[in-house]
Amino acid sequence: MSSASFKGRKDKQLIMLNPETKLIPDLSKPAMAATRDGYGKGLMTAGEKDDRVVVLCADLTESTRCEEFKKKFPERFIEMGVAEQNLALVASGMANYGKIPFAASYAVFSPGRNNEQIRTNISLNNVPVKIVGAHAGISVGPDGATHQALEDIALMRVQPNMVVVVPCDAVEAEKATLAAAVNDKPTYLRLGREKSAVFTTPATPFEIGKAITLRDGADVTIIGCGMLLYNALMAAEELSKEGIECMVVNSHTIKPLDEKTIIEAAQKTGAVVSVEEHQVNGGLGSAIAELLAKNQPTPQEFIGLQDRFGESGTAEELIEACGLDIAHIKEAVKKVIARKK
Amino acid sequence: MSNYISESKIQELEIKANEARELLIEMLTEAGSGHTAGSLGMADIFTAFYFHILNHNPKNPDWAERDRLILSNGHICPIRYVAMAMSGYFPLEELKTLRKFGSRLQGHPEREKLPGVETTSGPLGSGLGQACGMAYAARMDKKPFRIYCAMSDGEHDEGSLWESAMFAGKNKLSNLTGIIDRNNIQIDGFTENVMPLENLRAKYEAFNWHVLEVDGHNIEQFIDAIEEAKAIFEKPTVIIAHTIPGKGLPEIEFDPAWHGKSPKPEEAKKFLNELRTLGGKIKSEHQ
Ligand SMILES: Cc1ncc(C[n+]2csc(CCOP(=O)(O)OP(=O)(O)O)c2C)c(N)n1
Ligand SMILES: [Mg+2]
Repeated sequence: MSSASFKGRKDKQLIMLNPETKLIPDLSKPAMAATRDGYGKGLMTAGEKDDRVVVLCADLTESTRCEEFKKKFPERFIEMGVAEQNLALVASGMANYGKIPFAASYAVFSPGRNNEQIRTNISLNNVPVKIVGAHAGISVGPDGATHQALEDIALMRVQPNMVVVVPCDAVEAEKATLAAAVNDKPTYLRLGREKSAVFTTPATPFEIGKAITLRDGADVTIIGCGMLLYNALMAAEELSKEGIECMVVNSHTIKPLDEKTIIEAAQKTGAVVSVEEHQVNGGLGSAIAELLAKNQPTPQEFIGLQDRFGESGTAEELIEACGLDIAHIKEAVKKVIARKK
Repeated sequence: MSNYISESKIQELEIKANEARELLIEMLTEAGSGHTAGSLGMADIFTAFYFHILNHNPKNPDWAERDRLILSNGHICPIRYVAMAMSGYFPLEELKTLRKFGSRLQGHPEREKLPGVETTSGPLGSGLGQACGMAYAARMDKKPFRIYCAMSDGEHDEGSLWESAMFAGKNKLSNLTGIIDRNNIQIDGFTENVMPLENLRAKYEAFNWHVLEVDGHNIEQFIDAIEEAKAIFEKPTVIIAHTIPGKGLPEIEFDPAWHGKSPKPEEAKKFLNELRTLGGKIKSEHQ
């Protein structure tokens, strides 16, 4: 089992980190890149591999990183204008016909604005449209609350047939894009605007629906998705110095959730902290709580937006103000451990 | 010669519009991000609104009898913030807080944060429907004030906008005037390449609107059109204002690349000099 103690390395950090995950050698010195950049790279490869891959974009070609694809495959790029409802509908028609459409906009607009079009014509129709929601989360920063998608995971994970993937860094985003291109299912890919720590490597395993245990520990399990996973890892390192050992699980796929890994982790540690750049209502944390309530009731703390909107500010300011930083994760860990019976 | 406004008042407004452009460049540069092209392009129209057209009270933004100005294309809020500050809604100093943490001047305007912005906007295609709601409600209550809705051309790609346009036509909302910033750019390029809008006049006419077209940098023409709209009975009016994105700074005019970026400090210095010397026509910078 992947959550066993990882022996064989000298210092404590390396003992606790799962060597199978092949993270970067020095976690404290990651390169920085945005998950949307990883998507852009993955899209190029997906387009080269399969000429059924087409890209539709709603007047945001550069910022959603569809620009390179448009240049390389102009005949397979479709400009939709600022029309997200039609984006979802035309993509649905193309998928129904047999293409593999990636439909890109900002997450607030798609799957925000066009939710019902996605529900009926993509999820219920069960056609393999890849909905690419860029600029998701609070880290979009100065644009303010109108542009910070904080409910998109909830919107997408309640739709039957829909697969929901939230990559933790640019390297994982590239793999997720390639995996989505071949999974033959309606799929939501959630991407960030801001550069964030790249802590996985091309050798890190990735499979949709399979959570990755990044670090072992017996006291608590931190389960996260997206760029905040890096904060979770850093919190675990710091807590280790205080004698608290955290298991850290990368649950990049929110639907289908890797139930086995999460239940086993909850069994082993008896306490869970969920970490996501999303409302605590309805996101990854909720998915975990639903699962555990049925199978393995476990005390849980939720890191995320506590039923509030974001606002303008730098990503860093907002992450701190909304309680998504390392300090708040550490606090949540201590709180949940205290709740263990 | 306008029947509605004197020559000297027009000149006064033109000077104010230039001041507004300077403040815009300063605030956007300080913010480090934000939308320059559309904001500059609508500087003349927003100056005309805040200093001549609107019946409003900057000291009492919630005054029930005020005219309502909805900004549907919320990304050009910098020009609205500038016009509001200049007309006394809040101190000019506060413009420097644009897009900063804790500011009332959010990157896209929010009703709950800043009194006077009327509604939250940024997500495109949503202003006209709200303006329709206000116009319809005001008519129910026999209120005499007017509802204005500023829109961009790019947002006419949105289906919701046309749903609202159809509603306004059906209901003959003659207390509603739409203003379109027809600057021909959006993010991915020129509107006629991204998603052609023409024939825009014919489209609105087909939806039962009265349509006027003006040079959006000619304050006199714009004010005349606003006055004509007041006289149109049984139809909403839309003013297609032909504007130049980035207006006032020749090296960025017409360039879609300036849709969503702010000047760097070196650029700002040059731009401000250009505005203060009226494009080099006068030697010493006026202040
Ligand atoms: C519903 C929605 N989709 C996408 C966007 C992103 N967006 C912001 S401005 C813009 C371009 C619209 O063109 P226009 O308003 O004419 O731009 P401008 O002339 O001011 O440069 C887009 C696509 C948005 N704000 N709202
Ligand atoms: Mg435009």
